[in-house]
Amino acid sequence: MSVWQAFVELLKRDLRLAVRRRAEIANPLLFFVMVIVLFPLGVGAEPNLLERMSAGVVWVAALLAALLTLDSIFRSDFEDGTLEQLLLSAQPLSIMVLAKVVAHWLVTGLPLLLVAPLLAMLLGMKSAAMGTLMLSLLLGTPVLSLIGAIGVALTVGLRRAGVILSLLVLPLYVPVLIFGAAAVDAAASGLPVAGQLYILAAFLAMALSLAPVAAASALRISLS
Amino acid sequence: MSEFFHMGGYAFYVWGSVGVTAVVMIAVAVSAILKHRRELCRISRRLRRERKSV
Amino acid sequence: MNSFMKWFHKWGSPPWFYRVSGKMLPWLTGLFVITLVYGLYAGLVLAPADYQQGDSFRIIYVHVPAAWMGMFIYMVMAAAALVHLVWRMKMADVVLISSAPIGAAFAFIALVTGSLWGKPMWGTWWTWDARLTSELLLLFIYLGIIALHSAVEDRQSAGRATAVLTLVGVVNIPIIHYSVVWWNTLHQGTTVARLDGPAMAPEMLWPLLSMAFAFKLYYVIVMMLSARGEVLARETKSRWVRELVGGK
Repeated sequence: MSVWQAFVELLKRDLRLAVRRRAEIANPLLFFVMVIVLFPLGVGAEPNLLERMSAGVVWVAALLAALLTLDSIFRSDFEDGTLEQLLLSAQPLSIMVLAKVVAHWLVTGLPLLLVAPLLAMLLGMKSAAMGTLMLSLLLGTPVLSLIGAIGVALTVGLRRAGVILSLLVLPLYVPVLIFGAAAVDAAASGLPVAGQLYILAAFLAMALSLAPVAAASALRISLS
Repeated sequence: MSEFFHMGGYAFYVWGSVGVTAVVMIAVAVSAILKHRRELCRISRRLRRERKSV
Repeated sequence: MNSFMKWFHKWGSPPWFYRVSGKMLPWLTGLFVITLVYGLYAGLVLAPADYQQGDSFRIIYVHVPAAWMGMFIYMVMAAAALVHLVWRMKMADVVLISSAPIGAAFAFIALVTGSLWGKPMWGTWWTWDARLTSELLLLFIYLGIIALHSAVEDRQSAGRATAVLTLVGVVNIPIIHYSVVWWNTLHQGTTVARLDGPAMAPEMLWPLLSMAFAFKLYYVIVMMLSARGEVLARETKSRWVRELVGGK
């Protein structure tokens, strides 16, 4: 089986499994919605304040929702031994990891992306910024999945993995958050966004090339 | 001399900073020394036990 | 080059490290005390008060060296991580895990002293200044490394996982730093918050350099102390340890 075929097969398998567990798709979405709804309840419904905060709130909510779902990348495979089989297979582990991360993003990041404009509207985000919002999330959420995969790979065997995972991954998420939210803010003010978007694209390129390798070596260590 | 301690009115901030720095650095150093000493004690206790049982 | 590599590999031997570090420690400690006393005296007493900040600028003599150490120690840890993963040197792992708490402590000191410096300057205990924010994230990265190491049960895997995490962090630290600097220029409040201190006249600069050097010596000293304990714990059953402790 060629590497490409193995990649596609693993991707299809993970997607099929995810579709069977619908709750796994719904949970992060609900969380995303709830976090965004909580903000006006917490800071008051003053329209100007909400609109100014909207870019940051949507991005922080997306980040937290991504964090919530990271565990699912390797957890079930770890528990039933499939992960060890993947390690032992002849296929390059980093490509296999990439397949799992792509599946994860399709199931968690993409729905977020589609729902975000609706929620941004709840916060009064200017319509001029919506396109940039979706583009920044399109570039940024895969980075969140990729970087998150490294964290999960490092903690997959541990008992209280969730707590450590957040601590490990959040500092690494900060640049994506900064440039993602800044892009949307700039769009809302009518300022150019190309710079921020290019930087997000650069993050994506870096993450695509380096994160699977790092996650693969972390997996080998965790499962040794 | 009292001017030195007064630090132009900023005594709390300057001496607070120096104090926190000193406390943390001493604590870290002490913990390293204690760890070393603990290991030495453990090993010598084990060696004594082994010699007795011979 | 060849003799350097031989010397480098000597450090990889635990008994050699233990012996040589034991001999170096008294000298390092003496040098540390000298540079520390000079730095503190010249900085807190001799240096003239700043024109704008008055005597509060003297916090620079602990804040800036601590911030520098936070970064420096991480770089050493990253180098150790690389050596551990590539050359499989056990001592590199020991250096890494012995350095992490010291680095975290310095990041913490930098944050607290930065806050204490900020209060008289800008009236608030915390400001989202680019450097303080970067330092805060650096502290989280340190804590993550320490947490991961203690969470993994097998010592071998713990060392290697921590090494991977350290290397992932070292790639990200410049990215995080420049992102935060950029973010800070966007959200500039009414004050231009810079924890750089005044322009450096020599009487102000020399104590600072002395403090920085003293802190570096402190790091080497404490790291060696911690590493010696760690080495004893790992090599408990080996012959050289038995001879060292018992055979006297």
